[in-house]
Amino acid sequence: MYLLLFCQQFLNGLQFGVMLFLMASGLTLIFGIMDLINLAHGSLFMVGAYLCATVFQQTGSFMLGLLVALPGAALVGIVVEVFVLRTLYARDHLDQVLATFGLILFFNELTKIIWGPRALFLDVPEALSGTIEIIPGAPYPTFRLAIIVVGIIVAIFLYFLITRTRLGMLIRASATNREMVGALGVNVNLLYTLVFGLGALLAGLAGAMAGPLFAVEVGMGEDILILTFVVIVIGGIGSIRGALVGAILVGLIDTLGRAFLPALFKLFLDPATADGVGASLDSMAIYILMALVLAWKPRGLLPAHE
Amino acid sequence: MNRFQLTLKTCILIAALVILIGLPPVASALEATFYIGLFSRILIYALAAVSLDLILGYGGMVSFGHAAFFGAGAYVVGILAFHGIEGSAVISWPFVIMGTDNALISWSVAAVASAGLAFVIGAISLRTSGVYFIMITLAFAQMMYFFFTSLEFYGGDDGLSLFTRSRLGHMDLSNDAAFYYTCLGLLIGFLLFSRRLVNSRFGMVIRGCKENERRMGALGFPTYRYKLVCFVIAGAGAGLAGALMANQTEFVSPSLLHWTVSGDILVMVILGGVGTLVGPVFGATVFLLLEEFLSRYTEHWMLFLGPILIFVVLFARRGLYGSFVERKADNG
Repeated sequence: MYLLLFCQQFLNGLQFGVMLFLMASGLTLIFGIMDLINLAHGSLFMVGAYLCATVFQQTGSFMLGLLVALPGAALVGIVVEVFVLRTLYARDHLDQVLATFGLILFFNELTKIIWGPRALFLDVPEALSGTIEIIPGAPYPTFRLAIIVVGIIVAIFLYFLITRTRLGMLIRASATNREMVGALGVNVNLLYTLVFGLGALLAGLAGAMAGPLFAVEVGMGEDILILTFVVIVIGGIGSIRGALVGAILVGLIDTLGRAFLPALFKLFLDPATADGVGASLDSMAIYILMALVLAWKPRGLLPAHE
Repeated sequence: MNRFQLTLKTCILIAALVILIGLPPVASALEATFYIGLFSRILIYALAAVSLDLILGYGGMVSFGHAAFFGAGAYVVGILAFHGIEGSAVISWPFVIMGTDNALISWSVAAVASAGLAFVIGAISLRTSGVYFIMITLAFAQMMYFFFTSLEFYGGDDGLSLFTRSRLGHMDLSNDAAFYYTCLGLLIGFLLFSRRLVNSRFGMVIRGCKENERRMGALGFPTYRYKLVCFVIAGAGAGLAGALMANQTEFVSPSLLHWTVSGDILVMVILGGVGTLVGPVFGATVFLLLEEFLSRYTEHWMLFLGPILIFVVLFARRGLYGSFVERKADNG
């Protein structure tokens, strides 16, 4: 019984980790290549979620929602990059934090005006609403399983894009030395815009898939953004491999902690105290993990440039 | 030129001081006592912003988690007052700490507790630098946010109401003007302290670290320790501001530790001018007045605040005070 529950929670953790990976891979790419810290990445997550939710509610087709949300988020990302962020690449991180903080305020308020302050709640799309018994005796929701599969596909896609294609080579090259890449005749501005668009698209994908699981509401982007920061700090900034490892680690520890920590404390504390301690520890668990990792390896588990 | 700037700066400072001191009687005479509360809030946030500027502007440590210390200070006052009313102990083991609403005790405890928190967070965060530091301070503040959210005994998500404001000797802090002057006095005290600090040998080392930490290390300074002490001082300042905030609203809740509060304080510093001591005070004033008046015209005031911020970053890089009054790094 406990084993089955554990397997289910493990898959839940994996699914959450995958979602974090979609956010973290974009953010870490953008940071690694453009040296830009983008707080507004969470806003792109929110844009993806709202676009997909709206189309899904209007048409009843989640696929159509995805087809609108992904290019939509990418487009918003590209517009923001061209009009605001491009001027910030040469600035220090403080300016970037401030300007992108301004962007968050703007996007949150704009969303509130367009969609209203109330949260949207979505059903899981019909085709994926069932459960699958991948482990005998432990039915698991198909939709969550689909998220895990999408995450694995994206991870493989990114791996091939970065290591096997010309675009990936340019991305790696400009992370190392952007002036040299520019001097060799590559349009670095265009490359940056493309990478930013890719990151925005992945954030939009994560947001769209998060819709049926969480409430679609203003501010949803920032909650996941801060977790994403934890992920890339643990993994090592600029490293996609690190993002993957960090995301899975954070997803698992957060989910399993919430599921089992209170029960664990009940073994040796009285129930009321155990609930209290468990509740505060499970929400703090990943931050404690981050502190431990940093105390051990200040540059993260798998830093991009050793 | 130098002489002119000096007089301009002095004039502005004197004018600001006169306005701040004269505000409560004038506001009472005009029956606009609302402004006393508003400006108390401004003074409190200014205190928090000045403390952030110590590490940000002088130490070059971009902390995005200052709300953790601000909120912790507020909670200390709230929790002590809560037990003070009940007459119960906050902790009874290994030693007994009784609740209290005596400002001298609870505000000091708030500052010390926030300093302790800053020591722990700083000791880990300062092992890193740059963008890591930004993200880690943010994450730790978020951790503290969840910690206070999970304190069901002290109201959890809903927060904790204070029965009254703290007692400060024979002063009646429930009188808004008296409370206002207390805030003003503490802010001026902290500014004078900070001015001495940044011009002291310690301050010079900290500023040296901002310019070139490796060189300071090569000169033999243990830069990590210096930065950590500076971080702890800033934490104590923010804790004191939090203690005042708890008294101002007579209410503490996890929303004081929300990450947007860290962002707001950061914005105040930058709006006013990084690396100037008076700048953050101006920044806090402009920010909160802007918030106040924009929100009167439209509930969607953030739609305007966001772009204003972006414009300040893109075009007025040294902040309002920094751009117009001072051209070079401030000596206090």
